[in-house]
Amino acid sequence: MKFRPHVIYPVLILLVAAATVGVMLLLQNINQRMAEAEETVFRVTEISEATVDPAEWGQNYPRQYDSYQRTVDMERTRHGGSEAFQRLDEDPVWRTIFAGYAFGVDYREDRGHAYMLADQDITVRVKIVKQPGSCLHCHSAVLPAYYEQGVAAGVPADEAHRQEAIFAGFEIVSSMPYTVARPLVEHPITCGDCHDPETMQLRITRPAFFYGIQALARSAAPLPHLPSIERWRADGQQGEYDPNTLASRQEMRSFVCAQCHVEYYFKGEEKIVTYPWDEGLLVEEIETYYDTVGHTDWVHKMSGAPVLKAQHPEFELWSQGIHARSGVACADCHMPYKREGAVKVSDHHVRSPLLNVAAACQTCHNFPEGEMKARAEAIQDRTVALMNRAEEAINALILDLQTAQAAGIPAEQLTAAQEYQRKAQWRLDFIAAENSNGFHAPQESARSLAEAIDYARQGQLALANVTPVVALR
Amino acid sequence: MRRLSGFWPWLLSLAVGLFLGLAGYTFYHAQGASYLSNDPRACVNCHIMREQYDGWQKASHHAVATCNDCHVPHEFFRKYFSKAENGFWHSRGFTLQDFHEPIRIKPHNRVILQENCVGCHTNLVSQIATHAGNDQRMLDCVRCHPSVGHGPTQ
Repeated sequence: MKFRPHVIYPVLILLVAAATVGVMLLLQNINQRMAEAEETVFRVTEISEATVDPAEWGQNYPRQYDSYQRTVDMERTRHGGSEAFQRLDEDPVWRTIFAGYAFGVDYREDRGHAYMLADQDITVRVKIVKQPGSCLHCHSAVLPAYYEQGVAAGVPADEAHRQEAIFAGFEIVSSMPYTVARPLVEHPITCGDCHDPETMQLRITRPAFFYGIQALARSAAPLPHLPSIERWRADGQQGEYDPNTLASRQEMRSFVCAQCHVEYYFKGEEKIVTYPWDEGLLVEEIETYYDTVGHTDWVHKMSGAPVLKAQHPEFELWSQGIHARSGVACADCHMPYKREGAVKVSDHHVRSPLLNVAAACQTCHNFPEGEMKARAEAIQDRTVALMNRAEEAINALILDLQTAQAAGIPAEQLTAAQEYQRKAQWRLDFIAAENSNGFHAPQESARSLAEAIDYARQGQLALANVTPVVALR
Repeated sequence: MRRLSGFWPWLLSLAVGLFLGLAGYTFYHAQGASYLSNDPRACVNCHIMREQYDGWQKASHHAVATCNDCHVPHEFFRKYFSKAENGFWHSRGFTLQDFHEPIRIKPHNRVILQENCVGCHTNLVSQIATHAGNDQRMLDCVRCHPSVGHGPTQ
């Protein structure tokens, strides 16, 4: 073949040029990664305590804001998820268990954080029952409203009295009717509810959590998973326990969630949101508290029993589990770190870890995703099976009580069985209303459900003892 | 014709020279030479292994072993082959951003790791056949001693 320089050389030059383009692209990529690693935060706007709109915070923290916005996503997991399906249709026995209570009319699965305020507006529960402003404590970015109400009530409007104003506003707003309080808020949970606007440090803002965790700290309940409280106790219990100054960052990564994901009730005529932790966090310790203060959520319409409604005791149940004891915080699984380029951020798309197994589980558990998911679902399947049995047992007790009442048996002979219903139903609901289907503490969940089944059947036995069984049927 | 063919070699030389210069600068800018060293800091150049590096600082082996002591073979040829192979996959992954997270050790790198455990602790384990890379016959050392290298998880 003839050597043709005017063909060979241009081809070679083009090849070298193409390779050079490749090198330049690589250089650009390397520079981008290096820049990402150096960039931390650009303050393009000023954030203050008064900044409620998360979009404004998002200008400074676009990565966190992006994932925060994704809490609008709706996705089912095997037993739960973030889709608002009607649980009363899924499992109609709950209509019987909640008879006479607003939850017996509307009991939808909760959706993501983005919907907390909208869902509160549309639930039938708010329409058929007059609800208090207390709901806003956890369904909205309520801090500025508390502050303004506190200031309006006479607390000085300066930084030194901010906390005092918020606490005063908390009591004022809680006592308002819901419809009066609702216009005071605009957004669901926002950045400032968990973050200091100056430093972005995690912080506790919710008055009910302050009161609750202080009562818990003063209690005798062992709290090995909350070392800062154990330390405060060992140091002689100086003043009140303050999570914002005493808790470690890892504890705060659970506490900020525990500001709302807890069992609560509205105390007294003022309807003050109260976390019932004076005796401890166990299901029977909270029951003891309710029995002591004489709290009853409603009188069961079919059985006449004074019963309790559990809310969503995620913090309480997590506290009994192996993950809490191993120092794993809520955020470790529900907001695991993710990487965008060379930047590491915590995922603000708060959701079920079952939808994000690699980041949620595999950081600690070196097993395939399928295996981790199967382990979690095995726990949930077993818990749900026990739950179903407990529901059936309580349903049977309720029907027996109804029959006994219809048969004209004197009220005092039904008291023991009604007490058993209260105990059984509380233990079932504590696990059913909790949002992990047992995963947060599998053995504790099983214990609670086993007791629920036992108390329900004991209730039936109590009825059989005071009345000829034949008369009942 | 002769004048034209004399022009091409000059132009090609210029092109190759530019390429080499840019490639050389990119290599320097990306701290390419550090990857030939034993310095553990080279492993956090790209930030992905920051946790592993931080964990190692607190781990029991910090004083006696660096990344390469456990993760690459000790013989000259196998060592640089392993560095080249892992270097390729790491660069590819970090450039294209398409790797599994959290990062996982590859099976053949786990065999190397196990060999290196036994390499230093040979006196202690000489009475045990450790079967590097064969889970069916024996578990790797790090299965039960996971914190020695990168510290306790969490």
